[in-house]
Amino acid sequence: MIEVENLSKSFTLHNQGSAVIPVLEGADFTVRRGECVALTGESGAGKSTVMRILYGNYLAQGGRVTIGGVDLTRAEPRQILALRRETLGYVSQFLRVVPRVPTLEVVAEPLRALGVEDDAAFARARDLLARLRIPERLWSLSPTTFSGGEQQRVNIARGFAHGYPALLLDEPTASLDVTNRETVLQLIEEAKAGGAAIVGIFHDVEARSRVADREVDVSRFTPVAA
Amino acid sequence: MTPLLDVRNLRKTYGGRIGCTDVSFCLYPGEVLGIVGESGSGKSTLLNCLAGHQAPDTGEVIFDTRVNGPQDTVTMSEPERRMLGRTDWAFVHQNPRDGLRMRISAGGNVGERLMAVGARHYGEIREAAGDWLDRVEIDMGRIDDRPAAFSGGMQQRLQIARNLVTGPRLVFMDEPTGGLDVSVQARLLDLLRGLVRRLGLSAIIVTHDLAVVRLLADRLMVMKGGQVVETGLTDQVLDDPQHAYTQLLVSSVLQV
Repeated sequence: MIEVENLSKSFTLHNQGSAVIPVLEGADFTVRRGECVALTGESGAGKSTVMRILYGNYLAQGGRVTIGGVDLTRAEPRQILALRRETLGYVSQFLRVVPRVPTLEVVAEPLRALGVEDDAAFARARDLLARLRIPERLWSLSPTTFSGGEQQRVNIARGFAHGYPALLLDEPTASLDVTNRETVLQLIEEAKAGGAAIVGIFHDVEARSRVADREVDVSRFTPVAA
Repeated sequence: MTPLLDVRNLRKTYGGRIGCTDVSFCLYPGEVLGIVGESGSGKSTLLNCLAGHQAPDTGEVIFDTRVNGPQDTVTMSEPERRMLGRTDWAFVHQNPRDGLRMRISAGGNVGERLMAVGARHYGEIREAAGDWLDRVEIDMGRIDDRPAAFSGGMQQRLQIARNLVTGPRLVFMDEPTGGLDVSVQARLLDLLRGLVRRLGLSAIIVTHDLAVVRLLADRLMVMKGGQVVETGLTDQVLDDPQHAYTQLLVSSVLQV
């Protein structure tokens, strides 16, 4: 489902003496349906960079990333947008929403964008918010004023609203208490059982060993200084 | 899929100075394109050329019309272009006074655009106007007030209602949130986003506010000195800018 071949990435900082920072070289791995692969490596090894390239958020300098048959390194913006709508989900560490939009609508949005009827989309959103223990009295409010943990859970609810065939999870259990962490791990297991190919970053070692089938050490792809 | 708008090698100069040059892009139905760049980078010139307000020196602006399919709006007759301006296109100005008639009522402002495309039944026009005032969150009780009695944010929302009442397919927006209080901006952004998504509109938004494009635009075009220096998915251009100017632009935003 997700294929990464010979991927390389460097940043060129034009306004800081055109410094070139190589981050990745020759990154190679694949994720099959129903499989969860954890990216590991110390801070700065490039885990988040890999995730962002997989989502089309960062441009790769070389190589290929194929998700659901689309090569993200060569795709047109509208192909990537369609891929994100239908196939590729991403739970980032931070919630970014339009102010004023109620939580229930934030969570239902991915489904409505796919043309799901409002009733069904809101029913799914309510179900997820309840499972993630967001108090019902908060559903009609914008999540912008919620606590960090609540925002994180709203973000997770939105990421799991649609059963994406490919899912990227950046620290999904960070800043969560034990019960909510358990719910998130169950959601991940359900997604896997449903055939989703998952790439995740988990600093939570226990969580990683429970849901991940394999680990890919990103520091293997760190370019060797010339 | 046929692009809604297909722009090829557009160039506009003012005497010896370049307004914009070598601009080519396609906009597909349902897409929102943001154009950013500093003052004088050519974004407004480009928008005005696209919307038929200014004639480009060279280049084509091919719009997929409902009846006759793709047509070059640069070479079409003035009445044809004006008809597009009243039906398939909408233009939201930065200053609502440029897009509203200040001496007629709010309801009249919305109804006038309907009458321009042939609506004649007073009751139906008033009903449609009322419906649109409601959608842009203006109280029905204000339908007979003149826009001069409205706040800046309300005027901007009224301008949007006036523009969208005829069901356009392409909306041009020039700094739609410029000059508004931030809380009013947020409300307007939420409203615009909802309308664009629900009505499946395509839009081109010129702004220098990167937060606005992040929330509203699918794709981004960065202009400098009349030329497009970088294009791509909005979040990609903002998070991993490639061009020196875009990097400067992104790193110059103050964090709140």
